[in-house]
Amino acid sequence: MAASTRTLVRPAVLRTRKGRLIYWSVLALALALFTVAFLVPLYWAATGAMKSPTELAQNPPTYVPSEWHPENYARAWREMDLTRYFLNTVLLAGGAWLIQLAVQVPAAYALSKLRPRFGNVVLGLMLVTLMMPATALLVPVYLTVVDVPLINRNLINSPSAVWLPAAANAFNIYILKNFFDRVPDELLDAARIDGAGPFGTMWRIVLPLSRPILAVVSILSVVTAWKDFLWPLLVLPDPARQPLSVFLQRVAQDTPLNSLVAGLVMASLPLIALFLVFQRQIVAGLGAGSLKG
Amino acid sequence: MTTALPLKKPDRPEEPVPAPPAAAARERRAARRRRSVREHLTAYGFLCAAVLLFALFSWWPIIRNVLLSFQHVNFATGSTWAGLANFEKLFGDPLLATAWRNTALFTAYALVLGFFVPFLTAVLLNEFRHARAYFRILVYLPVMLPPVVVALMWKWFYDPGPGLLNEVLRGLHLPTSQWLDSSATSLVSLVIVSTWANMGTATLIYLAALQTIPGELYEAAELDGANLWQRLRHVTVPQTRFVLLVLMLLQIVATMQVFTEPYVMTGGGPEDSTVTVMFLVYRYAFVYNDFGTASALSLLLLLVLAAFSALYLRATRSAKED
Repeated sequence: MAASTRTLVRPAVLRTRKGRLIYWSVLALALALFTVAFLVPLYWAATGAMKSPTELAQNPPTYVPSEWHPENYARAWREMDLTRYFLNTVLLAGGAWLIQLAVQVPAAYALSKLRPRFGNVVLGLMLVTLMMPATALLVPVYLTVVDVPLINRNLINSPSAVWLPAAANAFNIYILKNFFDRVPDELLDAARIDGAGPFGTMWRIVLPLSRPILAVVSILSVVTAWKDFLWPLLVLPDPARQPLSVFLQRVAQDTPLNSLVAGLVMASLPLIALFLVFQRQIVAGLGAGSLKG
Repeated sequence: MTTALPLKKPDRPEEPVPAPPAAAARERRAARRRRSVREHLTAYGFLCAAVLLFALFSWWPIIRNVLLSFQHVNFATGSTWAGLANFEKLFGDPLLATAWRNTALFTAYALVLGFFVPFLTAVLLNEFRHARAYFRILVYLPVMLPPVVVALMWKWFYDPGPGLLNEVLRGLHLPTSQWLDSSATSLVSLVIVSTWANMGTATLIYLAALQTIPGELYEAAELDGANLWQRLRHVTVPQTRFVLLVLMLLQIVATMQVFTEPYVMTGGGPEDSTVTVMFLVYRYAFVYNDFGTASALSLLLLLVLAAFSALYLRATRSAKED
């Protein structure tokens, strides 16, 4: 956004001495307030993990560790066997991501470009599910996973219990379809004349053009899977298969505080890194639901 | 909170209709019909995986939730019809009223905090010409943290002894609080956590909406002698009215399903002050193994949420007509 855009405050006011004084003091105050509100808790956790147990229990607490124990992170990693739970989380998030792309991209492409008969009905039925809050459907989806109709399999403790329900996501199909709608049909006709089949057209023409929306959907699905708690808690009762969030909650009571906090910090780092790298795509994902009307 | 769906009318499939005469045309039409059958089949092939998964994990569960509400669910001997027994049991549970009251209070508090704070934040940030990227990263950072991490971290911050919050309050010479340990403050404490963790989304969406307001509107209001407050009330708010309304409804739907914070931070206590509806659903289903009653309660929650969803649909539609 250009800095010259007119907003609530009159630009002329900002050029006066008094206006500038107010502007800078409000800015400084906001900077201080926001840093305290959003960064200090993270600082508190990151340094708390490096304090000794006695220092952590001390009242009043210390703002800067009196003794630094960065090795707490390595020890916590080892003692809590975090390698296993990171790998579990990566398996769940990665699998959910791949299955979502494999299911949702062709579906959105069919609804947008191949347009079969009753395609609109299918789209409508999918969009209706957006009105059904996922959490409130916990019980019937759980019972379906316990005994999947048609194949009569129990998916409890299998990663597919997380992957498959995640793929039934109408929001992703909706934003993918909206994007595909804007790819001109002439491009597809040209590809067809060149002898490309429907799959080849999608794969070689439409997908390369759709990188921005694929990035948005990918990040949404990975982040959602990484953050998820209640669903994996229910369908992965085997402690050896649980993702980080379920594991950390389970051991929170019996873990020394500094190790637990170290675990919390390390469990968040991948998402924070992802955010700093893909900030633009993530923010674009917020607006993707065409909230602007 | 990533649901948003002003239903766009899908485009009608366009059949190219050339009309050359006679036999060649008939030949071509037959060819097109053959191709079109194949095309339809291909399209269904592209769709089938999604349709199957929606059927299994979305459409069937929606129907099944209604059926389960009227059943005694038993894995070993099979389920039997229960009539209204589940609902009778539910309404005989003294916790039901508590859970609804807590959920309504949580939603109301979350609305006061989580609705006005992000809007005012966005209005403020929109005025700044410096450090905008820093502010944006800052408010959105907590959104990226796993909710369990947030809940466990804040549980520690809330520790009435060596916790961060009371230390800050003592530093400012303000009275300290028992936070999660007192039934008077536990629910509000959960709302603070939830707002801290989620306000980034709403703030960034409001910020984007504010940036679409044409500057001329402010200039015109100024010429009419409107002061800062009047410009906020008569230009900013009406111009973002639609986004404000939509996010408010989405937030109500999201916060009424609150579960992770009470489950991780308080376990429903102290004195049931943080038992929410979803918490009770969880307890019926996965602690008492009474899936029928859990479904009955889910159904009640779904009906309430559906009312808000319907309002949301009406809001998006009327905004389109404007």
